[in-house]
Amino acid sequence: MNHHYPVLIVTLPLLFAFVVSGTAWVKKSLCFPLTVAGMGLSAWFSICLLGQVATTGPVEYRLGGWAMPWGIGYRVDTLNGMVIAVVTVLAFINLIATRKTVVQETPDKTGAFYSLYLLFVVGLTGILVTGDLFNLYVLLEVASLTSYALIGMGNGRAPMSALNYLFLGTLGGCFYLLGVGYLYIMTGSLNMADVATLLPPLFKSSAIVMAFIFCMAGVSIKMAFFPLHMWLPNAYGNAPTAAGSLIAPLMTKVMVYVLIRLMLTIFSVDFVFVILKMGPPMVWMSSLAIAAGAVFALAQKNLKRMLCYIIVSEIGYMMGGAWLGNNAGMTGAVLHIFNDAIMTLCLFLCAGSIYYRTQGLEMERLKGLFRKMPVTMACFVAGALSIIGVPPTCGFFSKWYLISGGLAAGQYAFVAALIFSSLVNAILFFRVIEISYYGDFETHNAHGSSGAAVMESPASMLVPLIIVSTGLVVVGLYTGGIVNHLIHPIVLKAGFSG
Amino acid sequence: MSDLVVAVLGKYNYWLYIILMMIGIYAMIAKKNLIKKLVGMNIFQTSIILFYVSIGCKKGGTIPILEHSPGHHMVEPAHYINPLPHVLMLTAIVVSVSTFGVALALALKIYRKHKTLEEDEILMQLRPE
Repeated sequence: MNHHYPVLIVTLPLLFAFVVSGTAWVKKSLCFPLTVAGMGLSAWFSICLLGQVATTGPVEYRLGGWAMPWGIGYRVDTLNGMVIAVVTVLAFINLIATRKTVVQETPDKTGAFYSLYLLFVVGLTGILVTGDLFNLYVLLEVASLTSYALIGMGNGRAPMSALNYLFLGTLGGCFYLLGVGYLYIMTGSLNMADVATLLPPLFKSSAIVMAFIFCMAGVSIKMAFFPLHMWLPNAYGNAPTAAGSLIAPLMTKVMVYVLIRLMLTIFSVDFVFVILKMGPPMVWMSSLAIAAGAVFALAQKNLKRMLCYIIVSEIGYMMGGAWLGNNAGMTGAVLHIFNDAIMTLCLFLCAGSIYYRTQGLEMERLKGLFRKMPVTMACFVAGALSIIGVPPTCGFFSKWYLISGGLAAGQYAFVAALIFSSLVNAILFFRVIEISYYGDFETHNAHGSSGAAVMESPASMLVPLIIVSTGLVVVGLYTGGIVNHLIHPIVLKAGFSG
Repeated sequence: MSDLVVAVLGKYNYWLYIILMMIGIYAMIAKKNLIKKLVGMNIFQTSIILFYVSIGCKKGGTIPILEHSPGHHMVEPAHYINPLPHVLMLTAIVVSVSTFGVALALALKIYRKHKTLEEDEILMQLRPE
């Protein structure tokens, strides 16, 4: 059983997705418990796997018993073990928290919704565990296709924004595929570890440089790196609540993981930073992404769209940290993948909980919510403090690593952008808190929504929300352990000195 | 000059895939009709499939099955067409078909709501909201 963990994490949700879509024809009320079972097992096995990887070192799994360079292999080290654990656990928490909103927003499609939910998790976990470049492409498209469908389930503008996301997402996937093709021409292999050993003599070849650039371009489109972010705010902002809070925290973070995997494992640090010298220009682009995301967020009148632009800015943090090319920057980037997934989930769950009662997230609808929904708003404050980077929460620690990495690399523009975005985030969130704390609730009844019905959300939404927001502080307090046991081995092995 | 001719004619498969790719991107950017954009996207994906298929091919190669080698005993890799890129493209074709399917379903949903598939008209309808 122990050595089957990597494959179980991927195949269990896949199996349950088929069972759920079949059950939906017979008995709709069984769909949710079955999805919980599938997600729960996957989350449990991923935690076990992380424990195994942290104690005994990287785990390899051969599908069908084929030896590594020929067959498709799964390979899990602490970097992807950590991201798998956070992805499956957060998907599980989000599943529990959004049960009521799924019934409210897509009442007759729960079966389809939950099977797509599971398939999306299959895609993400598959991207994370795989050790094969082409397998990664296929699972990337599985995750993307299910997210187009989940977003398209919404009302109003959702189908149009899903279609725009599909156009750009397909372009991104195709660029990645083209990059893999160039790598295959040059090396004749698709296994990540094998390609990494075959590449060093070919570093001067222009085909390898093009392969790297195509892969980067494809992954950057999928992660909404600043000039390529146009699809993100519409797609995530118009998605159904449960889909938005599933896709927004996880998809972009997994794409950053793919980027870091490409940089560290496949095209080594030597190639990226010494031969191509792409570090400084990419850090400049990331600084621009951080500043632009913050400025666009200031202009938004809708809470969820504001959160979407904050994601664009956070992607800049992680890209910048990864491209700084030193130990602290890379540590900060990996730690921020972990932390930002939790913070973003916390804020999106709060937004979902507010939307469940108010049916709208425009700023004026938030007036007086502190009195009506005290627990939700308290969790919102916890998430906001973490995004701003206030010490006991986890957001502070990753930002600390990023800033010290920026100083060590002499990239003062990046440090300035980080501080600027922290200040803008403080303005953004204190504006929301001011409106909802001091605003007069009675005036908002005139807007026509059922003001009397606005009260605290049900316990099934609040308990997961409280767990996530305490998680922000707990992860913050255990940062030292995470960095020393999980992140440093990877960063040191890749060739960054301590 | 002759270098250029060799570069164009000798590697014509790469030129063809790039031309197809540009046609696809042009359609995705310039066309206003959503279905035409989708067709552009499909041309774009097909160009990459053709690229992969062409890199696996060679002139006068045979299929990689043992029985076809004379006398059954010698396996000469130089004579065989590499089947792996072709097999990979079977998967990529499945991906592109399912992407097209999801996109058509979304286009259908948009058409039912807006009664048009012209992007500018849809944006006009969405603006007052």
